[in-house]
Amino acid sequence: MLSLQRFIQSAMSEWMRGGGPQSDIVISSRVRIARNLAGLPFPMLATASQSEEVVRRVEEAFQEEKEQPYFRDAELIRMDTLDDLQKRVLVEKHLISPHLAEESRHGAVILSGNEAVSIMVNEEDHLRIQCLFPGFQLKQAWRLADHIDDTLERHLSYAFDEQCGFLTSCPTNVGTAIRASVMLHLPALAMTQQLNRLFPAIAQVGLAVRGIYGEGSEALGNLYQVSNQVTLGQEEEEIIDNLVSVVGQIIDQEQTARRRLLESSPIQLEDRVHRSYGILAHARVMDSKEAMQRLSDVRLGIDLGLIKGVSATVLNELMVMTQPGFLQQYAGQRLDPGERDIRRAVLIRERLAIEHDDEN
Amino acid sequence: MLCQECGKRPATLHYTKIVNGEKTELHLCEVCAQEKGEQIPMMENGFSIHQLLSGLLNFDAPYTEGEQAKQTVQSSALRCPTCGLTYTQFTKIGRLGCSDCYKAFGERLIPLFRRVHGSTGHRGKVPERTGGRLKIRREIEQLKEQLKQCVAREAFEEAARLRDRIRALQRKLEG
Repeated sequence: MLSLQRFIQSAMSEWMRGGGPQSDIVISSRVRIARNLAGLPFPMLATASQSEEVVRRVEEAFQEEKEQPYFRDAELIRMDTLDDLQKRVLVEKHLISPHLAEESRHGAVILSGNEAVSIMVNEEDHLRIQCLFPGFQLKQAWRLADHIDDTLERHLSYAFDEQCGFLTSCPTNVGTAIRASVMLHLPALAMTQQLNRLFPAIAQVGLAVRGIYGEGSEALGNLYQVSNQVTLGQEEEEIIDNLVSVVGQIIDQEQTARRRLLESSPIQLEDRVHRSYGILAHARVMDSKEAMQRLSDVRLGIDLGLIKGVSATVLNELMVMTQPGFLQQYAGQRLDPGERDIRRAVLIRERLAIEHDDEN
Repeated sequence: MLCQECGKRPATLHYTKIVNGEKTELHLCEVCAQEKGEQIPMMENGFSIHQLLSGLLNFDAPYTEGEQAKQTVQSSALRCPTCGLTYTQFTKIGRLGCSDCYKAFGERLIPLFRRVHGSTGHRGKVPERTGGRLKIRREIEQLKEQLKQCVAREAFEEAARLRDRIRALQRKLEG
């Protein structure tokens, strides 16, 4: 079995290491753009040979541009060369979608060495270029995605229409085909019951809020994903600026709520975060829902300086590493849900113990 | 393996259905599976954006029964000549089969764009290779705007330069 430290080293993507601007509230920023090659049916209707043709052309373009800094240590991985567990781990790291892992035929992904860039091939569209940065760096993520798009376009002809813009398999993506999102940790707004006021307001300005595991998923650990809905009729920069400004306001509100909590009920807050830390550090069985909630409390405690000696990246890491795929990869075997709850508790205890050792 | 229903597209859904103790094996492509309204076991719990979309697409205003029937006939006859997807199939799946579907279903997609995006025209990035003409037209518009400003502040030399540049671009568009 891998030692935990080595496992963490190999498991961590750049965005999980945390850091970046305003990383106490914004966990990560992501921009994804969809593109299709002209003259070939979209993946849903493509024949095997047409799908293979897409992979071939994309791979060729990628090889031609191999000297680009973000491609230098990147590689193209075909889905059919991975086993189910390996695919699942990529999904849990947010590098590929469940659709690419499970349902795509001739699916592939180009992954950069630091995993900030992932380009899915034959997902719902021929290409989905994704850039994922830690903290609040939406503009940077867009700039990189835009640049990669231009680079690939030197070799590939995209399906484009003057009226409709970039043509996509789903009409909700047509136009710019851009989906920008940020993952936010909003424990204080949740504790003070302000989210049910905030979310309808976000929806009114054309943005969507979801749990971190996509449509319909529960907001585990007070983590929310805010993204743009509209892709047609606005320029990319407008879409990004819009999201940046709304997210800026959410950050302000969360900060205010945190300050107020600290002023109005410091001892209760301190009790809550330490209680959660105690449970994480000592529990023997831990389901994923409780793990996420406790980790959220501890993360808040770290951000507010109530808990010292634990690094702020613990939440980012553990939030990903306590998912089923990672737990099984770490254990080196398949685990049923009951076993996973036990392993999860072990992993969290060991992880926190490392922090403790580092501190001393 | 090809879809047993249309015999054209690759079958992507393989499953066994047991009705009254009788076992039937099904090998369908996604389009035909949706068309037949087959309940796909894995998809039962998921409520996807595509399902929501098909709700938006089935809003053809039912004025009178006769008109509605006419609409339906027109919809079902509408088919993308390139990939073969029918408009009816699209309203069920919520996804298009190829880039030509946008032309084939053009008129019918506009209300959908309005509902989802509040707009019907692209204003964003234009690709070099396939968007050349649009790029030139946008540049002409920008130059014309600059030209107006030059004339307003009587910068005629610069205005003449801009006018020549606009003419050159217009020739490029025509040629």
